[in-house]
Order: sequence, then C-alpha cells, then structure tokens
Amino acid sequence: MANMTMIEAIQSAHDSAMDRDERVVVFGEDVGFFGGVFRCTAGLQEKYGSTRCFDAPISELGIVGAAIGMAAYGLRPCIEIQFADYVYPAYDQIVSEAARLRHRSAGDFTCPLVIRMPVGGGIFGGQTHSQSPEAIFTHVSGLKTVMPSSPYDAKGLLCAAIEDPDPVIFLEPKRLYNGPFDGHHEKPVVPWRNHEAGEVPTDYYVEPLGQARVRRAGNDVTILAYGTMVYVAQAACDETGIDAEVIDLRSLLPLDIDTITESVKKTGRCVIVHEATLTGGYGGELAALVQENCFYHLEVPIQRITGWDTPYPHAQEWDYFPGPARVGRALQKAMES
Amino acid sequence: MSKAQRLSLHVPAPKVRPGDTPDFSGVEIPKAGEVRRPDVAADPRDIRDLAFSVIRVLSRDGEALGPWAGTLTHDELIEGLKHMLTLRIFDARMLMAQRQGKTSFFMQCLGEEAVACAFQRALHKGDMNFPTYRQAGLLITQEYPLVSMMNQIYSNEADPIRGRQLPIMYSAKDYGFFSISGNLTTQFSQAVGWAMASAISRDTKIAVGWVGDGSTSENDFHAAMVFASTYQAPVVLNIVNNQWAISTFQGMAKGGSATFAARGHGFGLPSLRVDGNDFLAVHAVAKWAAERARRNLGPTLIEYVTYRAGGHSTSDDPAAYRPKEESDEWPLGDPILRLKEHLIKEGAWSEQRHAQTEAEIEDDVMSAQKEAEAIGTLNSGNAPSPRDMFEGVYAEMPPHLIKQRQEAGY
Repeated sequence: MANMTMIEAIQSAHDSAMDRDERVVVFGEDVGFFGGVFRCTAGLQEKYGSTRCFDAPISELGIVGAAIGMAAYGLRPCIEIQFADYVYPAYDQIVSEAARLRHRSAGDFTCPLVIRMPVGGGIFGGQTHSQSPEAIFTHVSGLKTVMPSSPYDAKGLLCAAIEDPDPVIFLEPKRLYNGPFDGHHEKPVVPWRNHEAGEVPTDYYVEPLGQARVRRAGNDVTILAYGTMVYVAQAACDETGIDAEVIDLRSLLPLDIDTITESVKKTGRCVIVHEATLTGGYGGELAALVQENCFYHLEVPIQRITGWDTPYPHAQEWDYFPGPARVGRALQKAMES
Repeated sequence: MSKAQRLSLHVPAPKVRPGDTPDFSGVEIPKAGEVRRPDVAADPRDIRDLAFSVIRVLSRDGEALGPWAGTLTHDELIEGLKHMLTLRIFDARMLMAQRQGKTSFFMQCLGEEAVACAFQRALHKGDMNFPTYRQAGLLITQEYPLVSMMNQIYSNEADPIRGRQLPIMYSAKDYGFFSISGNLTTQFSQAVGWAMASAISRDTKIAVGWVGDGSTSENDFHAAMVFASTYQAPVVLNIVNNQWAISTFQGMAKGGSATFAARGHGFGLPSLRVDGNDFLAVHAVAKWAAERARRNLGPTLIEYVTYRAGGHSTSDDPAAYRPKEESDEWPLGDPILRLKEHLIKEGAWSEQRHAQTEAEIEDDVMSAQKEAEAIGTLNSGNAPSPRDMFEGVYAEMPPHLIKQRQEAGY
C-alpha cells in the first residue's frame, strides 16, 4: 500500500497495466515526455519507451480513430483526451465505430479501448474545461461509462477498464485529483494523504465495473451520486444532520441497479445529484429506473440536484456548481413530507 | 472615400448537366508509359510531379508501355480479368435481386473494378484493408465465397454478420477486410492506427485505407494524414476519385487544389496519381507503395482516377444530375475491356475464351445465388433471430440488455 493522490493512482494503474501486458499502449496530447497536463502518465515514456507511451497531434478524432485501429489489431490502447470538453470532434469515432464494431461485425473485430478524460468544474475552467458529458456516452449502446471518486477506485477501475474487452469511457473528476473536494471552495481541500481512500495498493488489482459502493450508510433518504458529488452529498448529510445513504455509482453503465433499489426501498426517498446539466442528463435515467423499481416504496417525489441548464460559467462558477447547501435543502425538502 | 468592392461567393458547378454534351476536355491524360517510375525509397520531395500526372501503362492500342509495366504475368492478368468479370457479373445479379425486392439496398462497383482487384494483388496474407462500400473487389480477388457475400446482402440466417448491417457492409478479418462502417472516412484514421500497431508490435503487416473523392473533405481524412505523416506509419492511403459523390461532382471536394493526390504534399507524403481503369498501372503503383510500407519507408497517398459508371446506390438515379452519355465518353475507358484487349494483343487471350469465361462465371454466380436464396432473402423470413440483435453489443450481456431481451419476448 502507498498513499496516493488520484493522479498518482491513475499513473500507477497505467504503470501496473503496462507492466503486466505489453499490448497496453498509452498516448494523447502531452502525455509522452511531459506526462500529461495533469501528470497522469508521468514517467511512463521513460519506463516503457516512446512506442508504448507517446505524444499525439492535437486531433481528438485522430487519437480515437488511431486507437480503434490499434485495438482492432490486438493492442490495448488507453488514451487520454486532455479535457472532456475536447472530446466532441471524436464523437463520431466513439459512437459509430468503437461502440459498434463488435456488434456490426458479429465479433469479427472488437475494440478493447479505454478513453480517459477529466470532467467537471470547480477549477475556474469556464465552459471549455468544466463539462461533464457522461450522458452523451451512457446513451450509446456498446459503451461502458465509468467515473471513480477516489484514488483507490480510480486505480482499480482503470485496471478493470483496460482489461475489459469493450470500449470504456473513463471519466475523471478533476476537482478530486488532489483531494476529496466537498464543494466548500472557500476552504482548502483535505489532501488524499489524510483520507482512507488515498491508501492504494502499489500492485495490480481490479475493481469490477458495474458495482456501486455505499459511501455512507443511512436510513432516511438515498442519495445517488458519482464523482465529486459523492463528497458534496456527504457534506450535505453532515451539515443537515439528515441520515442519508450515499451511493457512489462508480459505473454508470453497466449500472448496479440492485444496490440502488435495495437502498431506496429501505429509505423511501431519493435525491439524485450530478454536476452535469439537468435536461436529458443521467439523473433522468436514474429517476426513471428508481420509479420503475421502487414506485410503491417512495414517500416523496424524486429530486434531481444538478448543474443548471446553462453553459458552465467562469465568474459564476460557484453559483452553477450544485454545492452542499443546495443538496442540503433538497434533503430537508425530502424529509418534510 | 474609396468605394469598397462588393464581394461575391464562388460556388463550383460541373461543366455539364443532363441534356448537355459530356465534356472531359479538362481531364488531362498523358500517354501511356510517359510517367517516370522513381525508386521505392525516393524522397517524397523529389517526386512531387507524380501527383499532377496520371501513371498509365496500357495504351489505346492495348500495349503495355513504360517503366511501370511488367509487374504481372499473363496468367496473373488472366486471373485478374476473371476477378473483374466476376465482380461485374455479381454486381449485375445483385442489383437485379434488389430490384426484385430480395433485399433493401445495393451498391455496385461498375467501372471501378480494376482499382480494388488490382490493388489486392499487391497485398500479403495478414495485411488489413479498411475499405469503403465500393471495394468488393478486394474480397473477390481473394476468392472469398460469393455465397457468403450474398448471404450478407440478403441478411439471411447464414449472413456472417447476422443481419446487423446494410447490404454490402461486409466484414472478413481472415481476408484482411475490415468491417465496413457506412459512415464515410472514419476508417481512414483507423487504418493508420492499425499500421501504427503493427509497427509498435514489430510486426511485418501493413494496412491500407480507402476513401472516395468526396469524403476527402471529412476531418477524418486530414487527421489520418497527420497521423500517417507524424508516425510514418506503414500504410497505403487510397483515394478512389470516381468523379461523383452521389450527385456532387468532384470539384466540390477538391476546391482549389490541383488534384486529390496533391493533398499529400502538405503532409510530406509521396503522392501518386494513377489511371484507375488500367489494371496494370494500378497494380504497379500498389506494389510500389506496399513495398515502401513494408520496408518501413512510411506511408504513400494514391489517387485513382476512375469513373463511377453506375448510380451511387440503388437509391440513386444519376440521370437526374449528369448526362446519360457521360459514362461512355469517359476518356479512360472501361477497365475490363482494356485488360481484355491487352491480353488479346499479347496473344494470351481471345474473344472466344472471353465469351466462354463470361458464361462460366455467369453459371458460378447463378449457382451461388441459388444457394444463398435457398437459405433465404431479406423478405423470405429466414432472417437471424431477433434474439440475436441483443448479442454482441458487449462481450458479456449486461443486466439491462438481458431485461430488454426478455421484454422483447426472447
């Protein structure tokens, strides 16, 4: 075990995966010599050589397109899109190609590929460095979509994603890279070295895709969250004194519907929290599934606390971000009825 | 105060439209044998002229001329002729089958048979093509079973890809034929990535990317060129310029550039332009580029100048946008007739053998068709099970799909 930030854990996942499987190759903008703008691939080029970890031209569609070709050849590319906000030029390659290859060729060709990208705001990134586009991936058949919320999960889930025989979208909440940020931007973030989830095995291990984790056990209300919102939700529980059960989904697709159903049937109340915009967001899918599975157990309407349906602003970042106060109000509202 | 000039927008248009007399006076065609053949290891900067001419071997009289001639024996050429005939006859029968309602859609290769049929002969087992929908010749040249192609076109129970794709979107990994997407140009950067993977793995295989003239406008084309150039990937990048992108003439994609091949110069790629209806020239150029890739000398861009003699697909009617006689006026002729005339001139073929061969191929194609239709056509009810639709979305079916499959009744 070692104490790691989420960045170090992601770097360690690459290192462990590359060490055990020479088919794993890593590339993207600035990921080679420099080790990535967030340092998630630091030292890999030096250790594994410039044909297994290298810089790419600034072309997201080229990066993904080339990686699909490599995956079809038999390699295991794990590629970085520098910010999720930059992934859109590659969307056709992801949707029409990576996601469809196994099905359309009836297994003649497959696409074992991981596409990593930092998501979320809280770093004064404005609209081009803050978005959370998970719903445009969960909507696509053939993709798996994962978002870890701790160094331990980041390494285990990334190793599992690299092993996975299908394309995996691996979303990294960049506000969690250095600590479990709970939405209190006025205070310094607690570093991962003071958090139990910052304890990470140095050896290879996997956390299976498709399993949620109960981050906080509780009886009054179920909070469904992922990424940064896991800690925001926990802060809201602490600040309101409401005994909520916080479920960290970790994998949006496949989704651990059993853990969700079990919890909501127990609490009878459900609040869904995500940083992405509301309309057409993944929260809508979760709300639908909760009512399909738990309708007769629900005491109050399901609430969704999310980013507003606006572009992610710069100066008004904290007015956009669904922080602990908003989540806390939703919890109180859920308990009022 | 100066009077500012009012601007006007340039919108390119073809010289002729239906009812006009076809005009190919702008298509400059050098004599066969005139274009030089540089060494395979030539510096791309020293061979830029090859992007502005047309490499040709077969003369109007059916002679093989110049430095690019002589890459295939008579027997190989006869085999190539048979493959082109097979493709043409296959296309005609499947076009008819679509018209008879036996399938939903079809795309033929009429007039472009030489491009894929001759190119494939320069490849080795294990190399990988990333084709478009008009390279069925790659499969036919390897004698992939016609009945399997038909089963795919009919989406029947024996369709290798289980009724999941539009007709002619084949996939045949063992034949170096990547699954056709149907989305244009996406496969171009994938070909480069596959070639990069081969180089990363210190393998000996090469990749081949295919696009049409129209789809060179897509971002994917430029991304592929950057990646090919940057990593010097062992890939051959092919542009089949058949003059028409559905109803859009090639000038719309070409814009102000002199030729499609010249697009390679900005990326430092050796860029060649070849007579796409000249089986011998296509093979010679393909061999040159493939050897370059195999010797780790990097990528090559090739433009094949040809003509789409048929409609874009069965959903298209070219009479609505180009003169009906244009195909007959195409100055580079018909690839099958040209190779046939060459072989006759060489004394290796005859009208009689040709007619006999055509009849034999007709029989083979018809018996394959009977075999495929005995299994089923799109409308005969012998499609793969709807249960199968849920398979292969993922390696292992996730719970939500199992639930949906059950809900669908399977």
